[in-house]
Amino acid sequence: MSDGLHPAVVSAQPSQRDEKNPDAPLFEGEYQDRLEKILSRYPFKRAALLPVLNMAQQVRGWISPDTIKRVAEILELSPAYVRSVASFYTMFQLRPAGKYLIQVCTGIGCDLCGAEDVVEGLLKATGTRIGETSADGKYTVVEVECLAGCGFPTMVQINDRMYENVKAEDVEGLLKELD
Amino acid sequence: MAYPHAHPREVRLLSKYFGDEDAIGIEGWAERGGYVALEKALEMGPDEVTEVVKESGLRGRGGAGFPAGLKWSFMPKDGKRPNYLACNADESEPGTFKDREIMRWTPHQMIEGIIICSYAIRAQHAYIYIRGEMVDVVRVVNDAVVEAYRKGYLGENILGSGYDLELTVHLGAGAYIAGEETGLLSSLEGRRAEPKVKPPFPAQRGAFGMPTTVNNVETLAAVPHIVENGADWYRQWGTEKSPGTKLFSCCGHLQRPGNYEVSLDFNLKELVYDLCGGPPEGRQLRAVIPGGSSVPLMTVDEIDCDVSYEGIEAAGSLQGSGGLIAIDDSACLLRSIRKMVDFYAHESCGQCTNCREGTVWLANILRRIERGDGREEDLPLLLDVGANMAGRTICPLSDSAAVPVVSGIQKFEEEFVAHIKDGTCTAVR
Ligand SMILES: Cc1cc2nc3c(=O)[nH]c(=O)nc-3n(C[C@H](O)[C@H](O)[C@H](O)COP(=O)(O)O)c2cc1C
Ligand code: SF4
Ligand code: FES
Repeated sequence: MSDGLHPAVVSAQPSQRDEKNPDAPLFEGEYQDRLEKILSRYPFKRAALLPVLNMAQQVRGWISPDTIKRVAEILELSPAYVRSVASFYTMFQLRPAGKYLIQVCTGIGCDLCGAEDVVEGLLKATGTRIGETSADGKYTVVEVECLAGCGFPTMVQINDRMYENVKAEDVEGLLKELD
Repeated sequence: MAYPHAHPREVRLLSKYFGDEDAIGIEGWAERGGYVALEKALEMGPDEVTEVVKESGLRGRGGAGFPAGLKWSFMPKDGKRPNYLACNADESEPGTFKDREIMRWTPHQMIEGIIICSYAIRAQHAYIYIRGEMVDVVRVVNDAVVEAYRKGYLGENILGSGYDLELTVHLGAGAYIAGEETGLLSSLEGRRAEPKVKPPFPAQRGAFGMPTTVNNVETLAAVPHIVENGADWYRQWGTEKSPGTKLFSCCGHLQRPGNYEVSLDFNLKELVYDLCGGPPEGRQLRAVIPGGSSVPLMTVDEIDCDVSYEGIEAAGSLQGSGGLIAIDDSACLLRSIRKMVDFYAHESCGQCTNCREGTVWLANILRRIERGDGREEDLPLLLDVGANMAGRTICPLSDSAAVPVVSGIQKFEEEFVAHIKDGTCTAVR
């Protein structure tokens, strides 16, 4: 095995990394191996769609039209089907995001404890508006629903890292820590 | 790090090792008595295990409270088709963060429960459908699953018993509706997470068209304790209809937010004021939502009840997922209700017209009232839209979306009226 991942957990690798390479080859080398392991865990190919899209996003940083085509071929589905499934789920990025995808929870628990100020602080510090990528390609700030950490408000997720108890005054330090 | 705010009045059965770094890995877990229940279960017959869980009265902790042992007993025993278990780790009900803590601190507690349940329902493959956003927790769970394979608790011929089980961690991709059990199964099959009409129930036709049991993380985490110590032991806590202990995730305006595990006959008011310390200094609580955003709001006068399923129901709400949200007098209640409705509008899968359109209508009317542009006829209109959303759709998300609005108007009408009549808010800033 070229890739040390156990087959039981190959379908569950976080997909947002700091390094994004939109033209990287899909399903080659280590990722060919992973694909086979994923397929071995389901009774039919279509069931592997979410894990395979997730892996493709890990490789390329987003789900491009080309990725959709390739995934459809591999799983013997139509590109239209793959697109309709991918667009149902918020974690599949159908547009490229900045190097750091910053997701701020504005669910009820965090909203009661000042999430709005955290969002405002992040937008100001990154010079962006919600969903836009900053001019230097570094930051995309989005609002998301409850991140299942409502007792530790505000919850912020940056790529594949979670931050608890973020207050408006922590924003500067948080962004500095990224680089 | 000690787990924040552990309280002497808790009964820490599932949460005993929260905050204990050494309990996360399999060696530390074994030192704390882990996997003893599995050995015991494998010496019993599958139906005997189901019987113990049935007698314990354990009810589903994912929101609906369905008796777990009874659910398991619906699974076919003839072995004609493969049976599956899906562990629902998609926790995304606003206000709920208990499963995340179980997985983060005691992943093996859940895995042991999964193996025992799979054995009882004769499944040879189980899936953990875990919420994709929980990146840090996913890593912990993955490591624990690999450890369990290496120790021989998973895979072929588990502990020499002749029983085989594969366990696969499957990552969700961001959809609240994937937490609803038929939505979860659609998603596991590589589809949009669209719920399906029941019947057929998952025990008849579930994952990949095969008989499937879906259970919540907390439900499964309770199983090893019950199998190891017996049904009577578990029944020493709680009430006749709600035996055992339960985790309540408490958030919002509280001095000590966090997870608290209490006996199911514990008093709700004491949970809020004693364990969580009540609202911040100088403020008054106005509303408590005891079971995630899908259950009715309660006034502070209503919360002197026990936290059992039947206790909270008699007091005018539901236990739901145990996600308690406290709202004090500094918040605009209308905004909080609108935030909850916005959530459902965003998460509706769109299959049913009443849900797809009703959620957006409610959100738009609420936004108008919040802005100060409300009209007198908006209250009956909200109630009317709400009534049309309940009980007429494929899944209960539609009902859930109307709940905060309808209960809000019933119990806090003055808040709506102040906005509509005077363009003011009753919040104390
Ligand atoms: C809209 C909706 C969302 C749900 N989300 C979850 C969830 O995130 N986690 C969960 O365990 N159950 C959730 N449920 C409940 C499941 O449908 C199902 O009842 C539960 O997983 C069964 O497990 P239990 O019997 O152990 O509680 C949800 C239900 C609905 C209607
Ligand atoms: S009630 Fe709403 S979420 Fe549930 S199936 Fe219908 S449209 Fe989808
Ligand atoms: S509301 Fe923010 S984590 Fe739940």
